[in-house]
Amino acid sequence: MVNKNPAWTRKDLLGLQELTRDEIELLLKTAESFKEVISREVKKVPTLRGKTVVNLFYEPSTRTRVSFEVAAKRLSADVINIAIESSSVRKGETLIDTGKNIEALKVDIIVMRHNCSGAAVMLAKNLHASIINAGDGWHEHPTQALLDMFTLKEKLGVIEGLKVSIVGDIAHSRVARSNIWGLTKLGAHVTVCAPPMLIPTGIEKTGVSVTSSIDEALKDADAVNVLRMQFERDTENAFPKQLEYFKNFGITAERLKKAKKNILVMHPGPINRGVEVSSDVADGPNSVILEQVTNGIAVRMAALFLVSQANEHILKKNTGVKAKNEKVLVK
Amino acid sequence: MPMREKAHIMDKNSMQRTLARIAHEILEKNRGTEDLVIVGVRTRGAYLAERLAQTIEQIDGHKPPVGILDITLYRDDLSSIAQQPVVHKTEIDFDIQHKKVVLVDDVLYTGRTVRAALDEIIDFGRPQFIQLAVLIDRGHRELPIRADYVGKNIPTSPKETVEVRLEESEGRDEVVVLEQNGE
Repeated sequence: MVNKNPAWTRKDLLGLQELTRDEIELLLKTAESFKEVISREVKKVPTLRGKTVVNLFYEPSTRTRVSFEVAAKRLSADVINIAIESSSVRKGETLIDTGKNIEALKVDIIVMRHNCSGAAVMLAKNLHASIINAGDGWHEHPTQALLDMFTLKEKLGVIEGLKVSIVGDIAHSRVARSNIWGLTKLGAHVTVCAPPMLIPTGIEKTGVSVTSSIDEALKDADAVNVLRMQFERDTENAFPKQLEYFKNFGITAERLKKAKKNILVMHPGPINRGVEVSSDVADGPNSVILEQVTNGIAVRMAALFLVSQANEHILKKNTGVKAKNEKVLVK
Repeated sequence: MPMREKAHIMDKNSMQRTLARIAHEILEKNRGTEDLVIVGVRTRGAYLAERLAQTIEQIDGHKPPVGILDITLYRDDLSSIAQQPVVHKTEIDFDIQHKKVVLVDDVLYTGRTVRAALDEIIDFGRPQFIQLAVLIDRGHRELPIRADYVGKNIPTSPKETVEVRLEESEGRDEVVVLEQNGE
């Protein structure tokens, strides 16, 4: 049987910039099946039984790490969490050495968050294990963008032609970058909105519109993705004061009155209530923030599944070992 | 490898008669449609399940609920199949607890698909029992599995392929045996 869908051939998931539209759509489609799995009474499938997933986090993270951990466990993989505070990195081990040591423990997939942009790419080039980028510096956070897109598709049916505004610190946000790559590839119109200091120069070249007016960003938008203001990262005093930001850019019920009635309000979490978004909006009927969290599991299960399958084929090909009884799938 | 058609096993009419007979057998064995549910294995088993349910409705007046299983995530050969399968959704929108489940697939061969399907069904709950209905049983089992309802038994060699073609997926109803060219 001819397979009309394109196959997933990458051993890693590093970012959305390098993916084709078909690959992104395959990931989202695969995630739909896993969404069904996590709504069952027995929320577990045996697919990755015998595989080991390491969560290697160089930056504090609870929700992304827990989401990956839940996703891996729902696939029956074994999960090990490495928190960097308690690791040998403190003793001066390099990233590649750490990676090679983890690989020597016969680990199949490393999920990594790192404060340096490009860290995941570097690790992926040096290891045979699959790498999933769970956020690298200001570069990319592909699974977050995928779960945002999954939520959009689930709620609105299609992504092509949607108007999506991203509001917040665009300059320092990997979530914004991954969303821009993914959404524009799937044919959405993206507008970024922030104080001018927080918009990187040349961002228009990615095909997005730029505004510093929140009302303009909300007008006609089908969805607004509100980024977390990362005050803990503000070393350059680039950010306005919290109250000032809320006054000029915060998503409030008042502002939503002028937007489309069914506009979706999204947020990657954790929310700064009263800074990016008011509490009544975060908990209101337009908010899909908690659904995003649930969808994150489905999307991460799909990512773990696809890279694991692809890598098995790559490793087999490289070692020249043909699987016993290798056959073409008939069904 | 090009395949040559070796034998034509079933056409539209004989397939219809076969499904009607299986529908009668399901009703006879289960004494009606009470607690009966039909679950088909994607892709062709799902189409056959829907047809069986419709035929049962014509006979009995009640249409049993129909579910669809995608067994990709339960396969035992995911790492050895050359072409990566695309995962589709499993759709079972009813409670399976205490139900009489008739599992439907097009071809029964090694039994490994059925093993995966059984595991998946049981993850949805504890049915009263599970019966198996297949359009074609071609032999060569690798697991201790047998069908309760068989459309047709065909003796085959492992080098041959049995292809069930359905209106819903291939545009016509027929069953053919294919063999590799030049052997």
